[in-house]
Amino acid sequence: MEFFHQYQPQHYLVLAAILFALGAAGVVLRRNAIIVLMSVELMLNAVNLTFLTFSRFPLVQSAPMQGGILQGHAAVFFVIATAAAEAAVGLAILIAVFRSRTSINVDEFDSLKS
Amino acid sequence: MAEMILFWLFAVGVVVAGAQVVLRRNPVYGAVSLVACFFFLAGTYVLLSAHLIAILQVMVYAGAVMVLFVFVIMLLNLKDEELGETRVTTMKGVGLGAVVALTGFIAWRALAPIHAAHDMAIEEAVHGFGGVKAVGRVLYTASVLPFEITSLLLLVAVVGAVVVAKGKI
Repeated sequence: MEFFHQYQPQHYLVLAAILFALGAAGVVLRRNAIIVLMSVELMLNAVNLTFLTFSRFPLVQSAPMQGGILQGHAAVFFVIATAAAEAAVGLAILIAVFRSRTSINVDEFDSLKS
Repeated sequence: MAEMILFWLFAVGVVVAGAQVVLRRNPVYGAVSLVACFFFLAGTYVLLSAHLIAILQVMVYAGAVMVLFVFVIMLLNLKDEELGETRVTTMKGVGLGAVVALTGFIAWRALAPIHAAHDMAIEEAVHGFGGVKAVGRVLYTASVLPFEITSLLLLVAVVGAVVVAKGKI
């Protein structure tokens, strides 16, 4: 029970793990392509949270900058930019597929199957 | 102590809103829950003294990306029967179990040595940590090449999205 009564960096990592599991479960379980894309966003945000936690509480004691290292923030910046691009292209593909199949159920996207 | 209370508030919000995204059948509810989840996450980012990233989270994720999602949901305008029925199958149970087991295993393996050694540096953040100036300095010095490539990526994404979504050019 010590885990719950003391403020520590591991809380953030456990929260990130739970969020990643939620996102992965959404990708695996849901058949609605929009919700699959939103679950991917959840997973990306879990990774961002991990980056920021290790940026604020570095593992090495001899961190080059006292009180945290900022490279993780730069990584999160790039993840956010890439996620925005991914959402734009993913939703465009979704619209194109919906136009030809009138469905966004990912189980029906099987035209490459011979 | 106040930090911890805020953390639990935000953490519960993140998990509840994230669960709504996965569990809700209607994607509109999922999108609204995802916006709430992003706001709570921005709160946790502030607790980690990542102020610039928290602002970016609200502006880019909760603003731009989610507007895109809601726009597409409204554009597709799915009827209730087109959403598909929620079936609980054995394969879904297996998938859920596999996801939980895998994530739990990875988290356990990753967290066990940290917890044992207590070797994460817990100390006050220096003044200006995570602000625009400090993060901008890292972005424009150490990672200036990825920064420029990101601009190219965004350009390609914009053009690609238009080309893919537009029926006839």
